[in-house]
Amino acid sequence: MATGPGSSGAGWRGLVLPLLLPSWLVIGIFLLVPVALMAVYSFLTKDFRGGVIWQFSLDAYDQFFVERGLFGDEPPRPNWTYITIFWRSIWQAGLATLLCLVIGFPTAWFIATRSPRYRTLWVCLITIPYWVNLLIRTVSMRFLLRDQGPLNEALMAIGLIDSPLRIINTNLAVQIGLFYSYLPFMVLPIYAAVERYNFALSEAARDLYAGPWTVLREIVLPTVRPGIVAGCILVFVPSLGAFLAPDLLGGARTYMIGSLIDEQFRGSAGNWPFGSAVAMILLTMVLIVLLWQARVAMREKR
Amino acid sequence: MMAARTDIRRYTGFGALTALCLTVLYVPLIVVAVYSFNASRSITAWAGFSMRWYVDVFTGPEAPIFRAAAWNSISIAFLASTVATVIAVAAAVAIIRGGRFRGRQSSLAVITLPLMVPEIVIAVATLIFFTTIGVRTGYGTILIAHITFCIPFAYLPISARLQGIEDSYEMAARDLYATRWQAFRLVLLPLMMPGVISGWLLAFIISLDDFLITNFVKGAGMETLPTAIFSSVKQGIKPNIMAISTLMLAVSIVFVTLSFLINRIGQKTRLSKGEGQ
Repeated sequence: MATGPGSSGAGWRGLVLPLLLPSWLVIGIFLLVPVALMAVYSFLTKDFRGGVIWQFSLDAYDQFFVERGLFGDEPPRPNWTYITIFWRSIWQAGLATLLCLVIGFPTAWFIATRSPRYRTLWVCLITIPYWVNLLIRTVSMRFLLRDQGPLNEALMAIGLIDSPLRIINTNLAVQIGLFYSYLPFMVLPIYAAVERYNFALSEAARDLYAGPWTVLREIVLPTVRPGIVAGCILVFVPSLGAFLAPDLLGGARTYMIGSLIDEQFRGSAGNWPFGSAVAMILLTMVLIVLLWQARVAMREKR
Repeated sequence: MMAARTDIRRYTGFGALTALCLTVLYVPLIVVAVYSFNASRSITAWAGFSMRWYVDVFTGPEAPIFRAAAWNSISIAFLASTVATVIAVAAAVAIIRGGRFRGRQSSLAVITLPLMVPEIVIAVATLIFFTTIGVRTGYGTILIAHITFCIPFAYLPISARLQGIEDSYEMAARDLYATRWQAFRLVLLPLMMPGVISGWLLAFIISLDDFLITNFVKGAGMETLPTAIFSSVKQGIKPNIMAISTLMLAVSIVFVTLSFLINRIGQKTRLSKGEGQ
């Protein structure tokens, strides 16, 4: 990249191995090995006191996909319980991503078209919430959206509604929470893309009698697409496995993957192999999304 | 011509949506900050301005819990971000300055891996790992987990900075018979400093922020600020939690401002270097 032909001149080349060793060791031992171990755990037998018995079993995946009745003697049929939770998570994360895009793209555009002096300030305004503790932000949202919370009080005071809106513990609350949690992740990559956008292209299109929205759709969007894709993935991936927003803003009917996994590791009632299997399925889905993005990025580079 | 230039950048409604974006981002935080000064014990009714909940945070019945949790959070964040920054500096020098070597791409992939794997998966995997090798979960396991996921956050600003520094500086030092270590410590490291500090600050905040992974590997009886706040909030939002939240908000804003200023200094030094050529 920035390394020129003579970059080994300062002698770092001979030190590459010892310099990289610490990061390989730490991430290898404390992330790669644990994930591999988790994959192994998903094929073990569960122990009644939490934990596992080291004996190969497909029970965890069987429990996820197949329903055999309460006593396991009925003919197997597909088990929709967990697939529904996954489907809901994908749906919720997808809606949150869409919401982020609809608000985030105009915001990024607006910031990128300010004078360079003020751009940094605007970017800073978008970045500050990212630096604020996510738990605190989610708690604040819960406080705001409560039935007797400031939002309902304010809406009732100005006479827009007669009785409090029930937002908390609904799917909507979770979507708002996810949207609010990851909105900066959408704005920043799109902003970076729009900032590099050559506005002469828009001008040329306008000169050829394209309307402003046609220019946006036909010229701008395809050009800044890598930024949009990056933003969508940065919102979608963490939303999919999110724990805090569904847990603090949602209720029993808004259960998502994060809570399902979390529950399997709480106390002695948990099921570690099943929790590992669910985590493996989540990880596989995320890797598919990331590989897809890498392919799109590669194709666009060519 | 001038009119057309401004025209192509303007879209009706984009300004309004930007306002909406900022409203959504800031209103919940502002509301909580305002209510943290509420004199009432109730979190619904406003009963005048008061600092009582801030006093309560430091002297109230829950104060010892929060003090211990705050100490754990801050010491873990300090240690984890420092170790992660050292590891990240070494990795950045190897990857940016090491030329083309075998394993460069895979090293980069390994370093950014903690950003790709969902947090809940890291949490589960780490818990399983420590349980299997028989390590008791507690302060040490939290620290190790935090070092691991802080590395990419420290690495990104550091490598970005290093990419903007030409290698002629170290080469000149080496030509003048500086050892590799001297060239690094006296020439390259001072030039890298804005990136190093940004990386450290980011890693510190990320560590301080973490709830999910900490909650899995903390073990019984061990609390950090986020886990203590979480268990308190589970029984309902109390005014003292809003005071703590506002204090943490203030800390975050101090950190962003610091990082922003350091970046500005970094950009200035980069600029002056360009002029000097």
